[in-house]
Order: sequence, then structure tokens, then C-alpha cells
Amino acid sequence: MKISKAAAAAAIAVALSLTATACGGSKQDAASDGGASGGAKDKIVVGIKYDQPGLGLKTPDGKYTGFDVDVATYVAKELGYQPDQIEFKQAVSAERENLIANGDVKFVVATYSINDKRKEKVDFAGPYFLAHQDLLVRADDSSITKAEDLNKKKLCSVTGSTSAQNVKTKLAPEADLLEQGGYSECLTGLENKAVDALTTDNSILAGYAAQEKNKGKFKLVGLSLSNENYGIGLKKGDKELQTKINAALKKMVEDGSWQKAVDKNLGPANFKSEPAPQITEGS
Amino acid sequence: MFDFLDSGQYDVLGAFWVTVQLTLYSAVGSLIWGTVLAGMRVSPVPLLRGFGTAYVNLVRNTPLTLLVIGCSLGLSQTLGINLGGDTFKETGFRLAVLGLIAYTGTFVCEALRSGINTVPVGQAEAARALGLSFFQVLTLIVLPQAFRAVVAPLANVLIALTKNTTVAATIGVAEAALLMKEMMENEAQALFAVFAIFALGFVLLTLPTGLFLGWVAKRVAVKR
Amino acid sequence: MTSVLYDAPGPKAKVRNWIYSGIFVVLFALVMWWALSLMAEKGQLAADKWTPFVTDSQVWTTYLIPGLLETLKAGALAMVIALPLGAVLGIGRLSDHAWVRGPVGTWVEFFRAIPVLMLMLFSSALYSPQFMDVPSDTRPFWAVVTGLVLYNSAVIAEIVRAGVLSLPRGQTDAAKAIGMRKGQTMAYVLIPQAVTAMLPALVSQLVVILKDTALGGALLGFAELLSMNRQISANYSNTIATLFVIALIYIVVNFALTSLASQLEGRLRKSKKGTGAVLGAEEIDDPVPGANTAAGA
Repeated sequence: MKISKAAAAAAIAVALSLTATACGGSKQDAASDGGASGGAKDKIVVGIKYDQPGLGLKTPDGKYTGFDVDVATYVAKELGYQPDQIEFKQAVSAERENLIANGDVKFVVATYSINDKRKEKVDFAGPYFLAHQDLLVRADDSSITKAEDLNKKKLCSVTGSTSAQNVKTKLAPEADLLEQGGYSECLTGLENKAVDALTTDNSILAGYAAQEKNKGKFKLVGLSLSNENYGIGLKKGDKELQTKINAALKKMVEDGSWQKAVDKNLGPANFKSEPAPQITEGS
Repeated sequence: MFDFLDSGQYDVLGAFWVTVQLTLYSAVGSLIWGTVLAGMRVSPVPLLRGFGTAYVNLVRNTPLTLLVIGCSLGLSQTLGINLGGDTFKETGFRLAVLGLIAYTGTFVCEALRSGINTVPVGQAEAARALGLSFFQVLTLIVLPQAFRAVVAPLANVLIALTKNTTVAATIGVAEAALLMKEMMENEAQALFAVFAIFALGFVLLTLPTGLFLGWVAKRVAVKR
Repeated sequence: MTSVLYDAPGPKAKVRNWIYSGIFVVLFALVMWWALSLMAEKGQLAADKWTPFVTDSQVWTTYLIPGLLETLKAGALAMVIALPLGAVLGIGRLSDHAWVRGPVGTWVEFFRAIPVLMLMLFSSALYSPQFMDVPSDTRPFWAVVTGLVLYNSAVIAEIVRAGVLSLPRGQTDAAKAIGMRKGQTMAYVLIPQAVTAMLPALVSQLVVILKDTALGGALLGFAELLSMNRQISANYSNTIATLFVIALIYIVVNFALTSLASQLEGRLRKSKKGTGAVLGAEEIDDPVPGANTAAGA
């Protein structure tokens, strides 16, 4: 009974998705799945984050802003798509591999660290950004300058985040760790002194600190507790797309658009801008 | 199939102990708060009646999830009210209990109020004829009989409360549902076994409560 | 009834009531003043935290209204699926055959004993790529609906059973007397009357369902009304104001449904068509010992 009901729900869901695919994919063969729906080179679907200011954020007026969005737009332009031909799709962390493997999106630009485990399932282009695990504290708080200072302090991160576990198990075992559903909840606590520090990739932290409403309230401590190479995720084995995206990224760095995008989106809040990383994937 | 339990990585009993503690503290708190609310709702002072009615109608129509998250994000994270908790673990537990009391109190109040209605009119009239005040009528004559009549409905509220403690998972209190979520993510291949363990845990918590209080209800019922 | 507890206030009692009212007003004002000054101290009363809800229609069109629609959609769908399923289960529990009654009874008691949140979490895990691979963007929705259906069909089964049991014994006897079979008695005599009796209880169960959808927003990433809190406060950093507005929306919707339920109840109690048996919105758990529908999350 339980199974049959679940199966019924799934069947409806599958039927719905089939109809959706049928509408979009009828004019194209399966090879271009996700890449274009409708006429030739009509639309390109790109996976981004919806809830990370400075990187990928859906704003109240339905627009998208952030560094990942700028990179995605630039790459899409190099692939021959105008901004109005790009369709953004939310790619939450746990779903990125599935979205790519199912062909729901052409590529994913969503704070996606390149690592070997992920490379078993998808291929990457880039990296296009080098991030480090860092701490965000209140602008007037000078008591935290290194990870060990977090002992006896209140630290916040999101549920299941590896960066928080890093600090807790290795660097500052006496830190009081609060796990929240999202970074914005942590920020509320940080602003109101309910927590003392927030830890994750410095790009994400800088994105929050650079928001208009947060200007001057927070600062990055400037640590490099880890190295995270952000890559653009794409379907495994699609060498052609990988080469094209790598070329686009290279051009973006060379013509200065890359630096401009970094400054615009992550500039404020004591973010130490590093030069773009060398492209290592697919070579 | 159940070998993931041997690793010692998951403290299932500990998580259920937190569930039990959440239930007990919230049960005592909501019994007190619900009685106060019921007293307000039947009191001769119009203002108190109005407050009781408004509180019950507002809180009962709000999701418990919102109340608990409001306690965490609003009271603790924004306003800095930590209820004396030193660590996030302590604070989270107390905030969850506060949210559960605020919510469950309304159900206790409504159960009591319907219990008050089962006390025959003659009881209160006789008490008033003796010259007892409202407070005396309520505490000496009506409530003792009402409580005996509402043991069964209150048992239902208690069982619902036991299940509702899982909402504390939304603010990271390490109770049963949160551990189940974690285990389902880490031990995906043993999904059905994990679910069976936690389902059994809740059946074991709620079934005896229902049976025992059902027996109590029959024993204490006022024979009329 | 309540007026039985005290005499009509005389001059002395009136004065006393005024004094009590005064004390209450002072206490209430003190608490409010404390709360408001604490909020003011933390800048939570600043106009820019509250005005977006009035001046910026995009807060409504981008977040709140789509969120509310998701909540209503999930709630309505869960109700539509759970209702027939619950009716079948409820009738099954009344069956004369032990081999039907037993398993159905176990099924119903099992799913009523388990928190709806755990059923949602289980469904979500079941729909993940490892088992059934429901597409990621609809998975939270289906997980929430499945969890709600599993739990509420069991609850509705009890409502149906209580509704049928609440009918006077004479109805069954009369049906038997004119030669109706068991199925006919159920279909033509008992169920039609029970439905009218159950209506208020079913409407208030819908309120419970709507409130429970919020769990999916908090733990499964379902984009319902409460989950909009994160996105709105990421833009305006106004957690308290946002939660306040969201609570207000829930209250308005649920209060409308609750009023509908008690109006239905009053109407049905007055109407002479039925047999007089009406299950109150509040008392669905009374007729059947062990039922526990009143305080859903």
C-alpha cells in the first residue's frame, strides 16, 4: 500500500516531467538535452545558486545577480547565446550532479568545488575561481584573528557543512557550534551578537558582507583554512563543451571582465582578491 | 541490514531520550499554561476572557514550526533571549520547549474548557448557593471534576505533543527525527531499516501512553 | 454555560472586575513595553524592516504569494488524495471480516502513531535518485504530499469510522428490515449521513494539513510560505518582521477555514435533515478512544 501510493505519486511526477520534456524536446534530438529547448540555439539552461548573495542570488524582481551569474552569462555569450536566451535553474548543492547527469542543465556554475569524488560523475571546466575557507566576524570585533581564537566562542555554519566540522574537530574543539538551515540565519545571529563568527568559503562570506544592507557591519578575518577550486560542472565526456568553456574562461580573464566581476560582486568587506587560477581541467 | 548500528556512530537511544525530555518538560508546562488559559476563558472578567480567546485562536492557527523557528531566530538569534542557556544545545532545547508550551497550551485549554462543560450545572449552582466565589467554584468544585472528565482528551494531546517534539529538529535540537534525517542521508542503502527503527520508537512511546491513560480515564471518570 | 460559574456581577463585583482588568492591563502593557523596547534596542522596529511589506509589491509577488500558493497546492492535493483513501480505510475498519479489519486497523494505528515529519523525511529519501529518482525540483513537493497523505488518510479513517459509529443504531436496523445488504446499508444509508456529520471535522483537519506543510519548508527545501522567510530576510535582514507577516497570513487563511468549520457545524446541528449526530470540529478525537487528531503540528 505504502509502495503503491508512493509509486503513484512518482508516476504522476514522471508523467508531468515527461510532458514537460515532450513539449520542449520535440524539435530537437536527445543529444542536445537541456542545452536547447525549442528551436535551434533558442535557449540555454544554466544551473546556479538562488540564495547566495554575491555569487548567485534571485532578487525580488526576479533577476539574477552575482559572480557565478556573471561568469555563466559570459560563458554563454562565448557559446553563442545572448543574455535573454539564458534560462537559469536552481542548483542546490546536493542536486548538482543529478541536474548535469539528467541533462536538465547544460552546465552548472554554483560554487562547485572540483574534487575527485565529483569527477567520477561529472566533468569540470576551469577552475575559474580559487576560494578558501575563512571566518566572518563583526567589523568591530578584533578578538578573532586565527582559527584557534574560536575556542569558547560561538560559531555558526549551515547544517552538514564540512567547514564547520573542520574547525570543530581540528582547530578549535571548544568552540560552541550552531548549525542553521541557511547562512542568512547565521548572519542574523552574527549581527545581533548571538554568534561570534560564521565560517565557510571566503567567496560566500564576502558575498554576504558586500550586500548593501550589510555594508560596514562585517569583515573577513582573512584566513586560508582550505583551498577550493570552483569549476564549471558539465556532462561527463563532453570534451567539446569543456574546451569551449575553458577558452571562454581564458578570454574572460584576459579581457579584464573577470576582474571586474570579482570587484563588483565581492569587492567590499576586506576581500583579498587573488588572480584567476590557471585552467587545469581537460588539458 | 542493521549493522550500521554497531559502529557506535549513532546514539539512537540518546536521541529518543531527548525526545522524552522534550515531551515531559513541555507536557508539564502546557498543562499549567493551558489551565491558566482555560481559567481566563471562563472568568467573569471580560478582558481576561477576550485575551484568552484571542490567544487561543491566534496560536492555534499558526504552524508549530513557525512558533519554534520564531523562538530560535526571533527570540534567541535576534533579541538575545537565551532563557539562561549557556551553549547552543541548552538554548535550543529550552527554546523548543517554550514553543511547544505556547502551542500545546491552547489544546490543553480547549480540552479543559469542554471538560468544564461536562460538569453538571447543578454543581456550580450549588456551590454558588453556598456563597463560594468564582475562584472557589472553579478550583474546588468544577476543575477537579473537569480534570477527571478530560483525562482521555488530554491523553490525546500528550500523544500529539510527543509526535510534535520532532518539530524541534527544525532548530537543530538533537532529537529522534533529526538523527533519523542524518542517518537516512548517510546510510541511504538501509533506508527501510532506519525508518523501521524510528517508527518503532515512536510506537513504543505513544502506544503505552494511550493505553495507560485510557485505563486511568476509565478509573477516574465521575460516574453519573 | 460559563456564566453558571459566577453570579451576575453586582456593584461590588463590578468594581472588582474593573480592578482585575486594570491589573491585567498594567501587566500586559509591561510585557509589551519590555518586548518592544528590546526590539527597538536591536533595531527591529526600524521602518525599513517593515515597510517592504507595504511599499514593495515585489515582496508579495516574488515570495509570499507564490509561497502561499505552494502551501495551498500541497494542502489541497494531500486532502484530495487522503479523503477517498481515508474513507476506504475507515470503512475497512468497520468490516465484519477480521482479515480486513485487522490489517487495516494495524495500518491506521501505525501511521497515526508516527510523526508526520518522519513520514515526510522518509518519503523524501525514498524519492531520491537511489530509489525512485523523482526529479529534484518536484521531489520536496511530492515528499510533503506523500507524508501528509500517509498520516492524514489514517486520521480521516478514524473520522469516518467515528462518523458512522455516531449514527443511531436504528438506521442500520431499519435498512436491514427493508432487506438491504451490508454494502447497500453502508453506501445508501450510513455514509451519506456520516458525511454531513463529518464535514466540520474534515475542514478542521485541512487546517492541520496546511500547518504541517510548513515542516516541508523547514527541513526538505519545499518552497512553501514559511520557507520564504529565508529568502526575504536575505534581502532585507528583517527576520522578525517577516515571521510576523507570514504568521499573519497563516492565521487569516486558517481562521477562515476554522470559522467555516464551526459555521458548518452550527448549520448541521440546526438542520432537521440529518439524524442530529454532528461531529464537532473540536471533538473528532472524543468518540474514539486513542484518537489524537486535535493537536497536529
